[in-house]
Amino acid sequence: MLKDIEHLIRLAVVIAIALVAFVILRAAVVPRSFGEYGHYRGAAIDEIVSRPIAFAGHETCEGCHTDVVDQKKLGKHVVVACEACHGAQAKHADDPGSVQPAKLDTAVVCVRCHEANAAKPKNFPQVATADHSGGIACDTCHQPHRPRIETAKIDAGKTDSAKTEGRK
Amino acid sequence: MEITRRRLLVLLPAAAVAWKFVLAGTPEAAPNYKLTEHWWGMLIDIPKCIGCGSCVRACAEENDVPEGYYRTWIERYHVADWKIEKPEVESPDGGKQGFPPHADDDGKNFFVPKLCNHCVDSPCTQVCPVGATFISPDGVVLVDKSYCLGCRYCVQACPYGCRFLNPKTNTAEKCTLCYHRITKGLTTACCEVCPTGARQLADLKNPRDPIHEFLKTHTVQVLKPHMATGAKVFYNGMDGSVR
Repeated sequence: MLKDIEHLIRLAVVIAIALVAFVILRAAVVPRSFGEYGHYRGAAIDEIVSRPIAFAGHETCEGCHTDVVDQKKLGKHVVVACEACHGAQAKHADDPGSVQPAKLDTAVVCVRCHEANAAKPKNFPQVATADHSGGIACDTCHQPHRPRIETAKIDAGKTDSAKTEGRK
Repeated sequence: MEITRRRLLVLLPAAAVAWKFVLAGTPEAAPNYKLTEHWWGMLIDIPKCIGCGSCVRACAEENDVPEGYYRTWIERYHVADWKIEKPEVESPDGGKQGFPPHADDDGKNFFVPKLCNHCVDSPCTQVCPVGATFISPDGVVLVDKSYCLGCRYCVQACPYGCRFLNPKTNTAEKCTLCYHRITKGLTTACCEVCPTGARQLADLKNPRDPIHEFLKTHTVQVLKPHMATGAKVFYNGMDGSVR
């Protein structure tokens, strides 16, 4: 009787060893956080979260540059975040002393939004730069943070207002 | 072991050193952020988009997107009056440098910003053979770079063309909805710089998020609803010609 089931016991031992080996191997190979939230490595979420930010966010800028905030409140650019024009400034926010933002060329920056294009919404202020100003820097007449025409600026510069009248 | 005053004085600095060692290996934590309390999506208001390309530039800078690849991009649609079923779509350099004036100003012209739709039933997640792509508990479709094999199944599966293989790492890459920002209370880089508010990050689990009022009062669509992907990027004022 016993002799008959001997080969079965041997088989059971082999299967048991294979099972134990599989469990040990699996525990060693599968990352600990796998399955924490679902069928993926839970630690991957923390790794993605730990990426450093490049754009500080306008709330950070407004903490120091209160004078600009007051200027912007007077004009339509109040809705435009600082870094939309000035670019990513997280490094500047971390170390305002040594990292200084580059000076902007208004002839390039303003055009990105305000150059006339048929696909832009009709109520959005847009000009054909060539007709409107001939490509001179926009801040010759406009104050970028409060973009209405600055008569004092026109008087100081050599531009006459007739030159700046264009499509609005 | 009895803790005497002398022993405690020795133990305390040792414990402090040990704790510092424990903390050193962990990534920067996002304090007070609970995965289960958010459900992220985005609202895109097409009539407000001016095609300036700020979002595309900001995305590239924030996420170190390689040149010539886009996690978000802008398409310019030109729907001619007599060819409404075949709109002309262009996206030079993903709209990164804005759009040159179009020769034909007739018909309908508008911009459509695109990005990952962070689908609830995302095809890209379903096809990943190794579990490298997943939907986080707060509804963002992410890629585990260290698990991705670079097999490109997900790139083919995405009906919106939102994925690409990073040529440097050879792993699949896509919009993370600036996961490293939104978990710290910031908005995404594209929403941050959008000058007209055409893009707005939306937390669908937050009852105070203005998205709920907007969805109630506007006719909002998603891209390719017939694919039943459960897209969470909502488009307001979208023309039927948008693909």
